[in-house]
Amino acid sequence: MMRPGFHDPVPEAQGCFRAMLDAMSRPGRVHTLDVALDAPPPLAPATAAVLLTLADAETSLHLMPDGAAAGDWVRFHCGSAPASLPEASFVLSLGIHPPLSALRQGSEEAPEQGATLICQVRSLTEGEGWRLAGPGIRDFHHLRVEGLAADFLQQWAAQRPAFPRGVDIILCAGRQLAALPRTVTIEEG
Amino acid sequence: MSHDPGYNFAYLDEGTKRMIRRTLLKAVAIPGHQVPFGAREMPLPYGWGTGGIQVTASILGRDDTLKVIDQGADDTTNAVSIRRFFARVAGVRTTTRTAEATVIQTRHRIPEAPLREGQVIVYQVPMPEPLFRLEPRLAETRRMHALADYGLMHVKLYEDIARHGHVSTAYNYPVMVGGRYLMSPSPIPAFDNPKMDHMPALQLFGAGREKKIYAVPPYTSVRSLDFEDHPFRPHRADGTCAFCGARDSYLDEVVCDDQGSRMFICSDTDYCESRWEPEQ
Repeated sequence: MMRPGFHDPVPEAQGCFRAMLDAMSRPGRVHTLDVALDAPPPLAPATAAVLLTLADAETSLHLMPDGAAAGDWVRFHCGSAPASLPEASFVLSLGIHPPLSALRQGSEEAPEQGATLICQVRSLTEGEGWRLAGPGIRDFHHLRVEGLAADFLQQWAAQRPAFPRGVDIILCAGRQLAALPRTVTIEEG
Repeated sequence: MSHDPGYNFAYLDEGTKRMIRRTLLKAVAIPGHQVPFGAREMPLPYGWGTGGIQVTASILGRDDTLKVIDQGADDTTNAVSIRRFFARVAGVRTTTRTAEATVIQTRHRIPEAPLREGQVIVYQVPMPEPLFRLEPRLAETRRMHALADYGLMHVKLYEDIARHGHVSTAYNYPVMVGGRYLMSPSPIPAFDNPKMDHMPALQLFGAGREKKIYAVPPYTSVRSLDFEDHPFRPHRADGTCAFCGARDSYLDEVVCDDQGSRMFICSDTDYCESRWEPEQ
């Protein structure tokens, strides 16, 4: 039996998007979504809500790991075209995420074609951990993320010189989400 | 208040909103970069704020309070019709008070009252390409943005100074965003440019006819182009508001009769009213 998507799609997608927009414009801020979403495991409610809000038949999506149990739910509700890792506009990662350099980076003329990595992690904690700086942040924000690749900070630092090309990340844990746009610089806290 | 059941909430269909929302997230992630989007036909003509309306419709929620200004005024045709449009199709609260609004759609002004965190200001943009008058080929301007090759704009400003002794651009004064992208601030007066720098509110720009969206996240550097020996100077009419006596606000010049008499009044009607209300 296929589990449902949003109960009230219009306001729930809007609420989720505003949380994402604020997360993207204030990197490191953690938002808690207020959605009643019964997503199939291992999809966290926030991950499922982000997919329902952004992905549709006009987007391409790469599922990691391929054939995850929640894959049918994502394919049914979003209807996104499957795409290989270097070509997808959205990449969904539920375990250890792929190296950022393997994702679509966009071009100098069209950097907006760089992929968005929707990355489900174990936990997000605001106010401790990494020190974030960049557009959207007055002084510094602190964010601790549990569940990223061990060498994530090196991967992130490696994509910085290529700006404006790069990958943007939406981090999801439980009902929480935060975002890391490509402009942000991350230092070990 | 509920919305007109003949339309989807906030007029646009959900597929269009998703497309614009994806565009907005990329625009915020690359401050100042113009992201193309599939602008829809709206129930008002190009040039009346179709880009701004589509951005507003995609972010607006039931709990938002909307303010719409046209050249600073809440009571001009464009502002009134857009405010009524959203009151009807989204059923949202509307206001003329800058401090009460969560979303402010604007044509050609930034309110005098400082914006705060949590507010979003949506600019209506007629021509998003700042290099348009210098290089008409969009394929060429895209390459210039890719290479951050903005010498042409500096030459234009230099020629202004050589000819007139000062930069003659009084509105739509080009800015550098985040030290990377040259951006059109939309036709706001140069007087408003300093307000964009490190603004606590999120700034979104929609150009419907040109089908581009761009953004400036909060606390992002926005620097008006200038030269060391000719620093940027925001221009303001040397006068006092005839209604509220303000000496710091941006003024409109109003011709009163055919004898040449005129007066200056605040362009921001909410700011002006908030200054003389307590005296009543």
